[in-house]
Amino acid sequence: MSSLRPARKNAKPAPVPYVSTTNACKLCTPLGACLAFRGVEGAIPFLHGSQGCATYMRRYIISHFREPMDIASSSLGEKHAIYGGGPNLKQGLLNVLCKYNPQLITVATTCLTETIGDDVPRFVKEFQQEYAARGDATPLPPIVMVSSPSYQGTHMEGFHRAVRALVDQLAQAPASTAAVNLLPGLVSPADIRYLKEILGDFGLAGIILPDISETLDGPQEATYSKIPAGGTPLAQIAAMGGSQATIECGATLKGQDTAGQLLADRFGVKLFRIGLAIGLRETDLLFSLLEMLSGRETPRSHALERGRLLDAMVDGHKYVFGKRAVVYGEEDLVVGLTAFLAEIGVRPVLCASGGNTGRLKAAIAAVTADLLPEFPEVRGGVDFHDIAEEAQNLAPDLLIGHSKGYHLAKRWQIPLIRVGFPIHDRFGGQRLLHLGYRGAQQLLDRIINAILAKKQADSPIGYGYL
Amino acid sequence: MSEVLDTNNPETLTPPPEVVKEELLAKYPTKVARKRAKQIVINEVGPDCTVPEIMANVRTIPGIITQRGCTYAGCKGVVLGPTRDIVNITHGPIGCGFYSWLTRRNQTRPAGPDDFNFMTYCFSTDMQEEQIIFGGEKKLRQAIQEAYDLFKPKAIAVFATCPVGLIGDDIHAVCREMKEKLGINIFAFSCEGYKGVSQSAGHHIANNGIFTHVVGLDDSVNGGRFRINLLGEYNIGGDAFEIERLFEECGLNLVATFSGNSTIDQFANSHTADLNLIMCHRSINYVAEMMETKFGIPWIKVNFIGAEATAKSLRKIAAYFDDPELSARVEEVIAREMPAVEAVRAEVHERCAGKKAMLFVGGSRAHHYQELFREMGMETIAAGYEFAHRDDYEGRRVLPNIKVDADSRNIEELHVEPDPQRFTPRITPEDLARLAMGDLTFKDYEGMMPTMANGSLVVDDISQYETEKLIELYRPDIICAGIKEKYVIQKSGVPMKQLHSYDYSGPYAGFQGAINFYQEIDRMVNSKVWKFLKAPWQEHPELTAHYVWE
Ligand code: SF4
Ligand code: SF4
Repeated sequence: MSSLRPARKNAKPAPVPYVSTTNACKLCTPLGACLAFRGVEGAIPFLHGSQGCATYMRRYIISHFREPMDIASSSLGEKHAIYGGGPNLKQGLLNVLCKYNPQLITVATTCLTETIGDDVPRFVKEFQQEYAARGDATPLPPIVMVSSPSYQGTHMEGFHRAVRALVDQLAQAPASTAAVNLLPGLVSPADIRYLKEILGDFGLAGIILPDISETLDGPQEATYSKIPAGGTPLAQIAAMGGSQATIECGATLKGQDTAGQLLADRFGVKLFRIGLAIGLRETDLLFSLLEMLSGRETPRSHALERGRLLDAMVDGHKYVFGKRAVVYGEEDLVVGLTAFLAEIGVRPVLCASGGNTGRLKAAIAAVTADLLPEFPEVRGGVDFHDIAEEAQNLAPDLLIGHSKGYHLAKRWQIPLIRVGFPIHDRFGGQRLLHLGYRGAQQLLDRIINAILAKKQADSPIGYGYL
Repeated sequence: MSEVLDTNNPETLTPPPEVVKEELLAKYPTKVARKRAKQIVINEVGPDCTVPEIMANVRTIPGIITQRGCTYAGCKGVVLGPTRDIVNITHGPIGCGFYSWLTRRNQTRPAGPDDFNFMTYCFSTDMQEEQIIFGGEKKLRQAIQEAYDLFKPKAIAVFATCPVGLIGDDIHAVCREMKEKLGINIFAFSCEGYKGVSQSAGHHIANNGIFTHVVGLDDSVNGGRFRINLLGEYNIGGDAFEIERLFEECGLNLVATFSGNSTIDQFANSHTADLNLIMCHRSINYVAEMMETKFGIPWIKVNFIGAEATAKSLRKIAAYFDDPELSARVEEVIAREMPAVEAVRAEVHERCAGKKAMLFVGGSRAHHYQELFREMGMETIAAGYEFAHRDDYEGRRVLPNIKVDADSRNIEELHVEPDPQRFTPRITPEDLARLAMGDLTFKDYEGMMPTMANGSLVVDDISQYETEKLIELYRPDIICAGIKEKYVIQKSGVPMKQLHSYDYSGPYAGFQGAINFYQEIDRMVNSKVWKFLKAPWQEHPELTAHYVWE
């Protein structure tokens, strides 16, 4: 049973190249698609497959956001798995239409329907024709489709594919505007609210896609609405082709056929790719871009926030300097966090992700280039078993990532600073701020306080002045 | 929707059930409405406890947003999930395994630091495109080998997710082969999510698998005079711990629990018990039936949810063993526990009596928890299961009349015969008849509906939309359901208690559990938070002016 106990530092077993996955550090593709779709105004996410997938993903998303999350399903059974899921898909679409009256239905596939090779575009087309033939008074809302088998990639591939599908199937070539498209990636509702504030302060008309700031973090109200308010309006998505520029966030998206790329190729919208704006320098990049696009200087309130962040970095340096951190989660998030840790003097020793784009290492090298005396271990496509094996000889002081790393934190008796998704063992994951000067400030405070709390707890004396 | 949060006017009248039913169906397309009409029933308990027929365990209508899960969830998540020392490998893409990674919050208590506990682990073959195209048996074989090398466990179980059946992997053959090779118990479940209509199919498949591969492997009788198994108790929130405590104090010997706080060795030995107690009839009655046929162990239905129900269940067990010493101890325990329960009950009763509850959950809890509400003086105005069958609603008496549809036929019924060596009737036919004259009925479950008031509404496999509609029409004081419904209900201004995961509290079973539940529900239905919904400046702008100007 020794393998369940923390291994001693010098007893490193030869790493085994496992083919199985033990305690995954990724979620499945359609979940990412559903999250993205939830950020569109009036949309109902719909999964084509067995109902279990929809139920599982709903319960998972809900446990993080503590908000309603409806995902419809075509509820295929054995018969449909053999003869095809077309009839169920059509019936399901009709029922969603009757009860929700949505502005948009977004269909993602699952492993089942991908394995049997259902032709979703054809089914949807037939459905649209059949519906038109009924002569119903209610017009059919648009239906956006995305292929998202989870035997290809992770929830992040699902997320980006869904965003691309929205733009691909909804954006038109309207008149040019001064608007800026902002594709923020998978960040928290609090992050999106903050991004909106920043755009507003620059006087920029922004189109943020997806916008989960209200749909997945809504207020308590007197009456419940079946489809939550908020989300990117359809008209705005349609107008994205006319925007002056697109800012697409995600350090590992380089060279990929993303929504931003599509807008550039099809409509000639200038594409700026940056990483997630986490930490000082990645945020500086975003603000320089916004200065350029708006023709304005960074508003004083934000410059002040930057100044305070720097001030705190100076004040806090003595607490964090040289601490060794393991960072894990989605690749783009890991890149941003690593950049930030390097800036504040923490030494990232292992940067790991369940995602496996093959672009993680280069992205980390780019953001840490002149800051780190020693390049961290970078591992893509790993699970928590690999992370544990890798990390136990690296003597980490800190873990930074989502709730699934808790077992390692417990095993090694070190703090876990919870960021990203999913967070289901702490309250308020949907309100965590990661981005910008303000997000960096909060992350810094949390990291330092976690270190102080551990120091205090470990001391038998009970020092109260740290 | 109307204002449900009007706290100035809590005494709203409940509309008649016929009206409610009509409203629920109004928005559906005709065909859908016709089907749902059979799954929404107005309760009416006739003489001899007969109730109206309800349609249950039928396929969910696509697009309706059900709360149901899949066969895999019922098999791996529900029944096998709570056993701590089997390494469970999900054979499929990553999502299914990830989402069932201890999400049901079953608790367990390893015997010591060297006892296995794999419940915090999530093993998956993490299928990739290559396996979808060329088959996944090779990867599965290697995953089993890796799990073995890593942990040297006593047993490994393999669970199929949707793609597995479609690409034609023979997981049972792989398991047989690896069992031979590694010399530990390795077995598989063909629980692809698309089989059956809900997690219920998965329960059945799990029952079959444990019975075939584990039950009966260890014949040693390890002492104790009153040997029992507890079936269908999954130790959410520590319920099984509380029940175990009571058993111990009464002097009962628990051989195995299926499957809260359990180990595989307990299953292997469970056929040596003398009585099977069924908590959740839906998920586990198959094993009880098969154990009775093969080994001669009778089963009775018990319920440890509710203080009265707990006392009653303990007395039933005592009656079965018919031992004066045991009966005396049981009475002693009840007498010792009840005063504390009664004190809290009386206190919350004052604040909760007359309030209305709705329960839509699971395959037994929607029934069991009505007991607790009754003890608090609260009324259950509507209830339903997510994945139960007709017998769980109407009682086992309807079993002969249940039509077996294609979906149910899909799930194998094991053919079981009395074991030539090990079948021993535990009780003489005379004793059986005598006990049946008393309060003890064997092989029976009365079902939920006969215990509910006339005119209450029973809804099978309720949809999100129907839940919203019911809130609007009934304005209940509390709803019990699962996490998927939780925030919809709370956003409608109604307190919501999760009865799958217990909102991360509990236990609610037994006497101590009843106290916990009374206090919890009292806190929820008498919460003041809803009063603050409107800020003073929204509600009385003139007052604000007053503050500002004077
Ligand atoms: S089958 Fe695929 S889509 Fe469904 S839960 Fe599993 S991994 Fe996700
Ligand atoms: S793929 Fe199948 S087994 Fe997996 S969650 Fe979906 S329905 Fe269940």
